Amino acid sequence: MTFLSEITAIQNIIYIFSSILFITGIKMLGKEDTAVKGNFFSALAMFIAVSITLIDVVNPIVLLCGIALGAVIGSFIALKVKMTSIPEMVALFNGFGGLATFLIAWSEFNSIPDNLFQHVLVMTTLYIGGVTFTGSLVAYAKLSEKIKIAKTSIITKIFTTIFYISLPFLLYSTFVTPFIVTSFEFFTVLLVLTLLGGIGFVLPIGGGDMPVVISLLNSFSGIAAAFAGLLLLNNVLIVAGSLVGASGLILTVIMAKAMNRSISNILFVGYASSSASSSSSEEQGEVSPISVSDAYLILESASSVLIIPGYGMAVAQAQHVVRELGELLEENGTEVKYGIHPVAGRMPGHMNVLLAEANVPYDVLAEPDDVNPTMDAVDVAVVIGANDVVNPSATEEPGSPIYGMPIIEVHNAKTVFVLKRSMSSGFAGVQNPLFFKQNTRMLFGDAKESIGGLVSEFKD
Amino acid sequence: METYILLGFVLILSIYLGLELIAKVPSTLHTPLMSGANAISGIALVGALILSRDSDLQNTIAFFAVTFASINVFGGYLVTNRMLKMFKKK
Repeated sequence: MTFLSEITAIQNIIYIFSSILFITGIKMLGKEDTAVKGNFFSALAMFIAVSITLIDVVNPIVLLCGIALGAVIGSFIALKVKMTSIPEMVALFNGFGGLATFLIAWSEFNSIPDNLFQHVLVMTTLYIGGVTFTGSLVAYAKLSEKIKIAKTSIITKIFTTIFYISLPFLLYSTFVTPFIVTSFEFFTVLLVLTLLGGIGFVLPIGGGDMPVVISLLNSFSGIAAAFAGLLLLNNVLIVAGSLVGASGLILTVIMAKAMNRSISNILFVGYASSSASSSSSEEQGEVSPISVSDAYLILESASSVLIIPGYGMAVAQAQHVVRELGELLEENGTEVKYGIHPVAGRMPGHMNVLLAEANVPYDVLAEPDDVNPTMDAVDVAVVIGANDVVNPSATEEPGSPIYGMPIIEVHNAKTVFVLKRSMSSGFAGVQNPLFFKQNTRMLFGDAKESIGGLVSEFKD
Repeated sequence: METYILLGFVLILSIYLGLELIAKVPSTLHTPLMSGANAISGIALVGALILSRDSDLQNTIAFFAVTFASINVFGGYLVTNRMLKMFKKK
């Protein structure tokens, strides 16, 4: 064995060790008690894999500069970001990972692939990486509300069209161009189409569907890395990339199930066209508003309260006052639980993160299946800025576009308070019959102010 | 070609393993899992380090790939850690 191949062999053995650490890490990341350790193990695995790679690279100084630069930028963003901006941060980091694989594929294309299989891999990696990159950037911009473009606007349509053009073009440049001499630069066109297509992929997808898109893009970045591993014949890239691909896929499926919609419906159809058939959203009676002081009297005598947060809580930044209210209720002898719907918010687990930030312990957070059977025993269900996830049409109205979606059945509670700014409908554009139920009281106004009002009533 | 088949086998097994390992994740951990997995996808950093460098273009590409992957790695792990530290039991 020559010296060089010995180094490669040692690297490959260390890569196996690192892969085992990655697997252990991601397994531990899936359980509450071990999650912190799991994240540490996976970081350790990354450190080992990168270090052993660095012992044998072409120009280490330049590369170390790149790593250092990335470390400074990444750490700065990660430590500075507010917890409420986590969704867009995850999207942004994900985009950078996608960009890295996109660049890897580009570079490999320049070293002239020597068989068809490599050519196919280069093209696929390039495409997935590129779509992940620009798609994640659009997701970032949408989540941080830097861009607001309607689904129906002409810009959206142009980009969506480019996305649909890019797919057959990918197939063409993958399978046809290797066999014929092309007269113009197909590859350059593919580069551009891929990047623009990624924009068109995410642009038409609405806010409430964001949890699905983010999970999917997350999955893509893993798959792209795994393909890059195939391309570079590197086993740790394959293993780590596949794990990410799998975890993203699981989250995507969980999110889609929680909306009772198929993934393709979310990505390519959206609510707007599916709800056109059943616009039976006529007024369904009178709503009964309630004042803060009356709400206080009811809460004060309640023995069990369920709080259901939604995106509105995130917008109003009300998580801290909500926690305060929960604590005051508990001091008053009331049992307080939180009902968290998987798709509440703009990313998987959004509400959990917000409430954790406000120091709400995670064992009082319950999923719909846990709270629904005992809903009759709940005295007051407080809905804070949630709408579609508590819409009884999902169980009562077979014609409704959200029929079949698992919801938190607050309408079965003795009293329901709905905190809302106005009577507008939720993301799905469906009227919510909950607001007109006998046992529902509407507490209009900014969620933070309303709850702050309740808190000061309790303190007096 | 045999190498590809072998590595393809590794790919399939790893995806299957991943699906099995994370199938029953509690919803509390959805965000940390996503963000932690996101950090792992920064493994592209290793790929970026071993790119061949026959031309100036490739040198430049490699540098940028390394930098962006590194942002993904450091940012991803730190954000995940910050988030997980907030989760408390009663």
